[in-house]
Amino acid sequence: MKTVVKQEMLALNGDEAVAYAAKQPDVDVVAAYPVTPQTIIVEKFSEYVANGEVETEFVCTESEHSAMTACLTASVTGARTFTATSAPGLALMHEMLFVTSGCRAPVVMAVANRALSAPLNIHCDHSDTMAERDSGWIQLYAENAQEAYDLIIQGFKIAESQEVLLPVMVGLDGFTLTHTLENVQVLSDEVVRKFVGSHQIPKVVTHEGKIVPFKLDPDNPMSMGPIALPNYYFEFKRQQEEAMRNALKRISQVNEEFEVISGRRYGNGLLELYQVEDADVAIVCLGSTTGTVRTVVDELREEGVKAGVLKIRAFRPLPVEGIVEALKKVKAVAVMDRSMSFGGGGGAVFHEVRHALYDLTPHPNVVNYIYGLGGRDTSPTQIRQIFEDLQRMIQAKRVGELVRYVGLRG
Amino acid sequence: MLKEIRIHGRGGQGSVTAAELLAHAAFTEGKWVQAFPFFGAERRGAPVKAFARISDEPILVHSQIYTPDYVIVLDHAIYKVVDVTEGLKKDGMIILNSRKKPKEVGLKDCRVATVDATGIALELNLLVAGLPVVNTSIVGAFAKATSEVELASVLKAVKDTWSGSAGEKNARAAELAYERLAKGW
Repeated sequence: MKTVVKQEMLALNGDEAVAYAAKQPDVDVVAAYPVTPQTIIVEKFSEYVANGEVETEFVCTESEHSAMTACLTASVTGARTFTATSAPGLALMHEMLFVTSGCRAPVVMAVANRALSAPLNIHCDHSDTMAERDSGWIQLYAENAQEAYDLIIQGFKIAESQEVLLPVMVGLDGFTLTHTLENVQVLSDEVVRKFVGSHQIPKVVTHEGKIVPFKLDPDNPMSMGPIALPNYYFEFKRQQEEAMRNALKRISQVNEEFEVISGRRYGNGLLELYQVEDADVAIVCLGSTTGTVRTVVDELREEGVKAGVLKIRAFRPLPVEGIVEALKKVKAVAVMDRSMSFGGGGGAVFHEVRHALYDLTPHPNVVNYIYGLGGRDTSPTQIRQIFEDLQRMIQAKRVGELVRYVGLRG
Repeated sequence: MLKEIRIHGRGGQGSVTAAELLAHAAFTEGKWVQAFPFFGAERRGAPVKAFARISDEPILVHSQIYTPDYVIVLDHAIYKVVDVTEGLKKDGMIILNSRKKPKEVGLKDCRVATVDATGIALELNLLVAGLPVVNTSIVGAFAKATSEVELASVLKAVKDTWSGSAGEKNARAAELAYERLAKGW
């Protein structure tokens, strides 16, 4: 039964929407360092703290490495923890991202997707989060400010699930989402608090045989993330992979549970299909570009072209089976990458989608489009051009260049 | 119906705020909106752009605006150095801050409306750092020229953005611009 609650409509930019979401589920600790285009998130959140709207301990750190360290250490004491960053900040956190996931600390972090230097650029692309795809964090990407809001709330519930216990990063496109004012429906604090629930901490058995919560606690001392040499390290990593597999299921469940209260549903939580079911040509993408592709799909459908778009909402864990199922009847697929994998023969999303389709016979022809680096605008015209390329590919029965660039000068 | 608006101004003139005021005004009428800056390197005095979208339905597209329905020009001289009509839809409209009459502006193949926003700012002593504030009044002029938003919604958006006497003064500027807009069609 649907129990969708009344929601307030606000005009917020993506950063404000994220800060609003982070204010609602009783977050204990926020440790952060401001960086464009994420700055508004921590500014807004520090306002909430100053106004007494939250009881969160706000820790201003001297760097992002310290911010993530503070989040990790707070989280392993059982505190609900949130932070936000962007490209250079995320890169500086790199070491601590692995420590955080390795300690199974369910920190939630918003990442305003931005290009990495050099040359210096503060605008959107996915180089920052794609470079951290193997850091053991769940990665979810928002299409608009509304989804950014929804994902932060869902993120806490997914991260803290006992079968998951992994940190979650929510990517939102720098400027394109962070600095764009949009309509955002917000739930009440009470509804969000109830939805996320209190932070449940799993029980573990200590070396003395006592059953205690898995957290740093002076009354029940234990070590976290201690040394594990070749005799145990490998098993820890295998367990993290198991948690990622569990996350596939949990992300879907939370998506459904969220629909019950909000009325908003995003595909199966992992993937969102739009007009893919009978499509001849399809684009695979993530983030804000999806909306632009949807509008072009609508136009092409009116012109009789069977076009569709597959949005990857969860890039980690990657829903491989879902991708195969969605694309198995499509003739030609363009995978869009907003980052480079230099010398790798295509972008990260392309590698993984194409890999997922390897066992299909026959499998669709799959090509890669690198786009929008450093904030280069992605227009409907560019998207239309990609769909036209795919149609020509089918007619010519020839794939041609595997890796292409759209919106590139010269 | 989706309506797309592009705003031209100079860095420091409040183009982005104008886009946000427009969006807020439409938002208060229950519309779906977007407002965003041109994501470039903004410098004080350099030509800049901002964008807004207004629709009866959720807005999916997340690109810049290439074929606007309306163009707002905050700086009276900028249309000589920037092609403000670029991509403007057929029968599109340009609302210009200028002392000139619409027919004197010399822009062709579009509907032109003018209002002396700078004059209104000077008249009301509406200055920030010594410079006349033109973005709030031009939004009032937009309401008159296009009927896409009500003047009352613009005044609400202005007063929601600035409290007290600043809000009152800016709202008065929007009202005056609404009254004084000259249409060239």
